[in-house]
Amino acid sequence: MKDSISTGLRAEVDLQIAKENWGMAKAALHDLWRAERTSSAASFVISRFEKLRPFVPLVGCRLAILRSFTIEPAVPLLRAAAFLGGIDLSVHIGGFDNYAQQLLDPASDLYAFGPEVVILALQTRDALPAIWEGYSDRSSAESDGAAAEFSGSLGQWLRTFRSRSNAHILVHTFEKPTYAAAGILDQQAADGQAATIQRVNGSLTDLQREISGISILDYDALISRCGRDKWHDERKWLVMRMPIAAENLLALAHEWLRFLHPLTGKIGKVLVTDLDNTLWGGVLGEDGLNGIRLSREYPGAAYLALQRVLLDLNNRGILLAIASKNNSEEALRAIEEHPGMLLRRRHFAAMEVNWNSKAESLRRIAVELNVGIDSLVFVDDNPVERQNVRLELPEVTVIELPPDAMAYARAVRECPLFERLSLSSEDRVRATLYSQQQDRREFEKSHASLEEFYQSLEQKIEISRLSGSNLARVVQLIQKTNQFNLTTRRHNAVELERLVADPAWRVYAAQVADRFGDNGLVGVCITRHSARICEIDTFLLSCRVIGRTVEDAILHFLVEEAKAQGASRLQGWFLPTRKNAPAEKFYEMRGFQLVERNDSGALWGLDLANAAVACPPWIALTTPRSARVEECAHA
Amino acid sequence: MLEQVRRIAADVFKVPFETVQAASSPDTIETWDSLHHLEMVLALEQEFRTQFTPEEIEQLLSIELIVGLLEEKVPTDRVA
Repeated sequence: MKDSISTGLRAEVDLQIAKENWGMAKAALHDLWRAERTSSAASFVISRFEKLRPFVPLVGCRLAILRSFTIEPAVPLLRAAAFLGGIDLSVHIGGFDNYAQQLLDPASDLYAFGPEVVILALQTRDALPAIWEGYSDRSSAESDGAAAEFSGSLGQWLRTFRSRSNAHILVHTFEKPTYAAAGILDQQAADGQAATIQRVNGSLTDLQREISGISILDYDALISRCGRDKWHDERKWLVMRMPIAAENLLALAHEWLRFLHPLTGKIGKVLVTDLDNTLWGGVLGEDGLNGIRLSREYPGAAYLALQRVLLDLNNRGILLAIASKNNSEEALRAIEEHPGMLLRRRHFAAMEVNWNSKAESLRRIAVELNVGIDSLVFVDDNPVERQNVRLELPEVTVIELPPDAMAYARAVRECPLFERLSLSSEDRVRATLYSQQQDRREFEKSHASLEEFYQSLEQKIEISRLSGSNLARVVQLIQKTNQFNLTTRRHNAVELERLVADPAWRVYAAQVADRFGDNGLVGVCITRHSARICEIDTFLLSCRVIGRTVEDAILHFLVEEAKAQGASRLQGWFLPTRKNAPAEKFYEMRGFQLVERNDSGALWGLDLANAAVACPPWIALTTPRSARVEECAHA
Repeated sequence: MLEQVRRIAADVFKVPFETVQAASSPDTIETWDSLHHLEMVLALEQEFRTQFTPEEIEQLLSIELIVGLLEEKVPTDRVA
C-alpha cells in the first residue's frame, strides 16, 4: 500500500510537469519529499528538477567536496533537499585522498571548478592514522607530535587555498573512536586518544579565528546525535570505503544544508506561529485561560519546550510573529498573564489574531515588518492550515510538525533556515529594534506633513569605512538585503577584505540613529574609482530605514566623496531582481541620466562638474572626512 | 515487492518506470554503472531497512535477483 502512495506521488509530479504547471509540480515534489526522504526519492526529485529549473526561483551555488572516503551517495540527498529549499547546487567531488594536492596545486580540478563553498570531509582514520588504529603502538608524546604536525599541515593547506580563492570553507571535525585503543584507561589520562583528537579539533577553532571564511561542522557531534553505534557500516567501509550506514546519509546532507542556507542567503527572518495547540496545549476559546496546557509538567511541557526554541531563535535575531484564529483580547491576555508563558507580548514583532485566513495574516505580517514573503517560516499544528498556506503562498516555508507535540521543539530546531554563520550585535537586539519601530509608526501617524515628521525624527547618520569591528554586520547586510539593493551583488567577507586592500575600492558602512533609538548599521555602499569615473558597485539599505530620506543623505556623501577623489562622473547600475523594485527609480529620480541598458539592467550616470545632491536638512550626517575635519579643528 | 524494486531502480537510474522489468540488468539499463549500483543498494537498504553483505551486493545484478534476495532477507511486514 505504501508503494502505491509512492507511485501516486511520482505520477502527480509527472502529470503537473506534462501540463507545464510548474508551481504545482514543485508542490508535488515537496509532498513526495515529505513522505519519503530516501536515496531513490532524491534521485527522482533531482531528475524532475532538471525540467523545473528554468521555471522556479533558485539560487545557484558551486560546491566542492574534498574527502577521504566515499561520499558520493550523500550527494543526491543533498542536492534534492537543497533544490526543494531553493538552492541549485553544482557539486564537484575531489579524488580520494588527494585533498592536499587539490588545495595546494593551482592547476588542480578544484581551482578549475571555481567553487563558492568547499567542504573538507576527512576521517580521523584516514588523515590521522597515528592516532586511530596505531594509537597504542606509540607513546603519547609521539601521538601528540603526529597530531600537531597534522594540524600544522592543515593550516598550511587552508592558508594556501585562502590566498587563491574566496570560497567559504566548511571543515568537518575529526571523529572519536567508538572504543578507544586503551579501553576505559583512555578517559583516566589527560593525554588519551579521545583527548588527542579533541586537541586536533581545537586547532580547527584556532584556524577559524586566524583565516577568514571558515566554518566548522562538528562531525563528531553529528555522529553522537545519530548514535555512534548505528552511524557506521563497517563492511561497506572495508569493501568500498563507504563508512556511513545508508540510514544516516540524510543526516549528513541536512547538516551540510544548515551551513548552505545561510551561505546562499536562503534564510528565514521571521517565524510566524499559531497559538492553540502549538504555543500551548488546548484551545483557548474553549478551555479558557486556566484550561490550556502549558507548564513544566507533561503534557504542557511539550509546548513550553517549543516556546524555549522560539526564544532561542529570537535571541539569535529571528523575529517572532503570531498568526492565530482567536479572539484578540483573550489571546493577548493569555500571552501576558498565563504563568507558564515563556514568550510575552514584547517578544512578538507582529500579531495577527483575528478570523482571517492564515495566508492573509502572513501577507499582512510581511507588509508590517517590511520583509519579503519568502522570509517567513510558518509553524502550525494543523495540517489543513499548513497545506492551505503551501498552496496559497508557495514562497513561505512551512515546517512540517509531527503529530506528537513532544516532537515539535525538535522539528523547529532542525530547520536550516534559522541558521546564521555569525551573529552581529544587531541580531542580538533586533527584537528591541522592532518594538522601537512600532513606536516610530505611531509617531508618523501623529504628524501632519511628511517633512514635519522627518524633522521631528532627529535622524543622525554616521558613515564610516569598513573595519574589523563592522565587517560581520556588513557581510550580513550584503547577504540578505533584497529590497533596497541596487545591484544585489553578494560579496563575502574574503572579497570585502580584498577590496579594502585595493586603493581604488572603498567600502562604507552607514549607521542610523533617531529619537527612538539606535537603528544600528543599516547601509552599505561600495565604490570603485578608475579613470575619473567613480562607480557605485553596491548600494543597499536595510528595509528598517527606507523612506526616511536616509538614501539621499548617503548619495550626497557618495557625490562629495567621488569629487574629493577627483572623479568627474558618478555612475551606478540598477540590476533588477524579483525583489528590488523599491530601488528601481532611485538614480533616475535624483537627476542621473541613462547611460546604457542591457539584459541585466541599466547604467545611470551623473556628471559631477555641475551636479550636487543635497543632504536633507533634517539629517545630521557624520562622514569619515568630516570626522577628520573636526579632529583637525580640535588640534 | 517487484513493483517497489522496479520503482526504486527507475528513480536511481533515472529511467522511465515502464522500461525497468524483472529481467533488467546492467546490460539493458545504460545508467546502471558501479556508482549507481551503490546508490541503488543504499536506496534498497533504506527502504527495506536491511543491510547487504559485500558478497550479496556483487550478486544483485538484475531486478529479479534483487527481488529474490530481498524476499529471503526481509520480514514480510517491511514490504509495502
